[in-house]
Amino acid sequence: MSDFDPGRWKPAPFLPETDARDGSLIFVVATLCFLACLTALTVLATDRAARGWSDQLTGQATVIVRAKGSETPDSAAARAAEALSGLPGVGEVRALEKEKAEALIAPWLGDTADLDDLPVPRLVAVDLDPKAPATPQSLDKALKAQGLDAVVDDHSIWLKDIQRAAGIARWIGVGVFVLIAAAAGAVVAFATRAGLTARHEVVEVLHLAGAEDTFIARLFQMRFARMAALAGLFGAGGAAIMGAILRLMGGGQGLTPVLPIVWTDLLAVLPCPVAAGLVAAVAARLTAQSLIAKMT
Amino acid sequence: MSRQPHDEQALDADDAILAFDDVSMRYGRGPETLKDLTFSLEPGSFHFLTGASGAGKSSLLKLIYLAAKPSKGLMHLFGQDVSTVPPKQQPMLRRRIGVVFQEFRLLDHMSAFDNVALPLRIAGRKPDSYRQDVAELLAWVGLRSRMHAMPATLAGGEKQRLAIARAVVNRPDILLADEPTGNVDHEMGLRILRLFVELNRLGTTVLIATHDQDLVARSGKPVLHLEDGRLTQLGPIGGAS
Ligand SMILES: Nc1ncnc2c1ncn2[C@@H]1O[C@H](COP(=O)(O)OP(=O)(O)OP(=O)(O)O)[C@@H](O)[C@H]1O
Ligand SMILES: [Mg+2]
Repeated sequence: MSDFDPGRWKPAPFLPETDARDGSLIFVVATLCFLACLTALTVLATDRAARGWSDQLTGQATVIVRAKGSETPDSAAARAAEALSGLPGVGEVRALEKEKAEALIAPWLGDTADLDDLPVPRLVAVDLDPKAPATPQSLDKALKAQGLDAVVDDHSIWLKDIQRAAGIARWIGVGVFVLIAAAAGAVVAFATRAGLTARHEVVEVLHLAGAEDTFIARLFQMRFARMAALAGLFGAGGAAIMGAILRLMGGGQGLTPVLPIVWTDLLAVLPCPVAAGLVAAVAARLTAQSLIAKMT
Repeated sequence: MSRQPHDEQALDADDAILAFDDVSMRYGRGPETLKDLTFSLEPGSFHFLTGASGAGKSSLLKLIYLAAKPSKGLMHLFGQDVSTVPPKQQPMLRRRIGVVFQEFRLLDHMSAFDNVALPLRIAGRKPDSYRQDVAELLAWVGLRSRMHAMPATLAGGEKQRLAIARAVVNRPDILLADEPTGNVDHEMGLRILRLFVELNRLGTTVLIATHDQDLVARSGKPVLHLEDGRLTQLGPIGGAS
């Protein structure tokens, strides 16, 4: 066949294009990327949930009032509410009705208990100015001034718990992320090793024809970076779809308050293909260079 | 008659393109495959390397194309002591050496044309500067109609000619050929010999390992003969007195 025209010849790739292992490598890296992106989405949502909860808690305090002497609980609660409203840093103040306080303790006492006979303390809900909230001490002082037996709960114990839990969740997320990146790197290093071994002949011929080690290493680097970026695209796409489903399933508020995903969170998966490509490039480069260097 | 005198074995290393000084070589911890070799090749010379199977011909060529290291002795290539050449400069030396491997070592995923173009691409040449040369060279070795063929589809003799084309396309300073006529008929063998002689005339130093006594005799070129890893003869085969 003399239909070959050297004028139109295009150089072939130095390395064979496809390999039976490519499919499984892409699958593994795509899965890792999918998990990494889900982790990122989860961390973002957890962080948002924690912030939401702590915002709610910071904006409120609860005062527990016990009636002293002959005073009725209702009057004590009303006096406490009066003492607190109008203080700097305090917004709305509401004395909760007797039924509400009873409803809160009922689970511990059971239906049979006759709560009327018990000196059930009353609750006063205090909304604090979110910009300059009144301190628990100032609330306490105002209550003492009225001679009330009252305890101020500014929710700081819960707040600390939530913040600690959110912090732990964040660090676990980072840890999982690093682990996944390392696993992806190891998988690519492993694949590079296998790829170099499978193409030993090609590498040797290039080497003997005067190709520099860095040139050969770059061939593998590019090849695996491209493959990992593609896998990253698949994984990130899968995670974005998953995130979108979770968002839609949760209605207008997403899965609030458990996993409040917002649409912009999905942008977090965007760097994934690039990151996967970079991790693969570094892993393939280092592996290829050390293997080629051993070839004399 | 050869231009090479018998007794000029110890050429000055500075003049020689290749000089071995008491070189031995072994694979791993095995016995010495090559023993105490001392010889040199002048620029523009043409030698055959003969010896029984297993005598060490391919091993000697491996030393020269830097795929193996001497276990002893000094080896100068292009006037440089190869043991002192930093790894980064080795590719440059390799590009000046053309090799026809005994087992061809063609790249199976590339067409014949791509295989021949390979050394030029590695040397960083632009395709437009060599397309025509590669096509002409392939035509010259009788592969005009197989330029786009994959090596796996070529006959043994065609592969051999392809390997030769790849080895000479970069106009190397030294051409090493390991059994280059092992798979071709008599006529093609002579044609290949003529190609080597032609390249040699253009200045390439040629060293051909072969069993083909007929080819050696016909060429009248000097011979390096290996016997069990030792060099026993330097001069034309059956050279007069
Ligand atoms: N890679 C290797 N590892 C270990 N030993 C080897 C290796 N290659 C060759 N040998 C040994 O070195 C000796 C010389 O082999 P070499 O291939 O150089 O011989 P040759 O003269 O080229 O033979 P032939 O004419 O059959 O090609 C042989 O004993 C062989 O078994
Ligand atoms: Mg051999």
